[in-house]
Amino acid sequence: MRRVEKVRVSLTVNGDPVDLEVPAHRRLLDLLRDHLGLTGTKEGCGAGECGACTVLLDGRPVDSCLVLAAQADGCSVLTVEGLSRQDGLHPIQAAFIDQVGVQCGFCTPGFVVAAKAILDANPTPTDDEILEGLTGNLCRCTGYVKIVAAVRDAASRLRAEAGAPAGAA
Amino acid sequence: MVRFGYRAPKTLADLSRILAEDPGARIIAGGTDVLVGIRIGRMRPTVLVDLKNLEDLKFIRNGGGKRPGLALGARTTMAEIEDSPLVRGPFASLAQAARLVGSRQIRNTATIGGNMCNASPAADTAPPLLTMEAEAIIDGPGGKRAVPLAEFFQGPGQTALQRGEILAEIRVPPTSVATRTIYLRHVTRMTVDIAIVAVAALLEVEGSLCVRARVALGAVAPTPIRVPAVEAFLEGKHLPNEAVIEKAAQMVAEASRPISDVRGSAEFRRKMVHVYTRRALRALTAGGDFPGPGGAA
Repeated sequence: MRRVEKVRVSLTVNGDPVDLEVPAHRRLLDLLRDHLGLTGTKEGCGAGECGACTVLLDGRPVDSCLVLAAQADGCSVLTVEGLSRQDGLHPIQAAFIDQVGVQCGFCTPGFVVAAKAILDANPTPTDDEILEGLTGNLCRCTGYVKIVAAVRDAASRLRAEAGAPAGAA
Repeated sequence: MVRFGYRAPKTLADLSRILAEDPGARIIAGGTDVLVGIRIGRMRPTVLVDLKNLEDLKFIRNGGGKRPGLALGARTTMAEIEDSPLVRGPFASLAQAARLVGSRQIRNTATIGGNMCNASPAADTAPPLLTMEAEAIIDGPGGKRAVPLAEFFQGPGQTALQRGEILAEIRVPPTSVATRTIYLRHVTRMTVDIAIVAVAALLEVEGSLCVRARVALGAVAPTPIRVPAVEAFLEGKHLPNEAVIEKAAQMVAEASRPISDVRGSAEFRRKMVHVYTRRALRALTAGGDFPGPGGAA
């Protein structure tokens, strides 16, 4: 059996510094789930087609099943766990619950993180822009209508937090 | 479980040495093709050699002015190309193509160099770059060399790269800022899917006279291909002209050499080449906005 090569990776996960030695072939997805116990991020396909493994890498949404842990060395990662706040849920999470944009919940962390990426870049997305931003995420349960409603609602909540009028754009 | 090592050399000399010493070593850029290839057993590397620590492989440079050129570092991501204000005007079809690759998540990782070196006949960014007469700038132990992109693709999954070399840059020569370009593809899903056929077109017009025409196809031959016969046909014609466009579309369809596979029969693909070439040429000569990349016209 071939000797397993290791790599040292140093990165920031949800604001906390992480320094680990992992097998060289380890994916970022596995580092998060198995080494750090952050099981919010899911493996739906392992091939970059479903988006259930979406995390933000240096602020940009990526499929963590297609990123080696070694490639994330020196980067900052945000998972769905990193969205929750001291005093409760992130507005995006609250919107997904209130709009019933969740059924089995397996795709939800990926959608929530993808939604964060959309709203970080564009606080006033149209429905088309929401759909476009979510094209990398698959849901087998909801039919997407309530997911889009959740992102629309989240945008509104975040604008209200920031002090903008709730109905803008 | 698949196991492999990982290196991230700081110099090209180190990279070439690793590749020379270990015949199982493979290069990784973004990883969206390589890691999928490993997962499905198409690739069994002993070690992956990451380009990320090599210098000057991530950039977009536009010469500006009335005849700008464009240069892209091989590690530039699809998302960077999609978003860049420098990939507009005469280079718009490249941004249109980049925008169609995978999903936003994939585009944040996938690189233009990877799209070239994976050398799928359906690589989205290849037909636009072929119409722009781009060059592949290759770097290796023997120094840098330039290869016309048309010669870079040598077969499905095969390129002009020698062992120990990397694709460093894609360079587009200067072109009139008024040049119009478009990329359209026929595809089952809008995203996270592979083109059934793809057409890229470039027209440089003076008034209504077409002074330069370039047409390239994806997914209908062993490599992305140009269609010189239709280029010669279009040059010197006054456009728009429905009969000329129709004849051109027919010529392009006849020049395509598609196979039948799970995504479509050869006959269907040839028919779609005709339709999408007509749409592309109409869009470029209509004087208005281009249709969406889904091809609806």
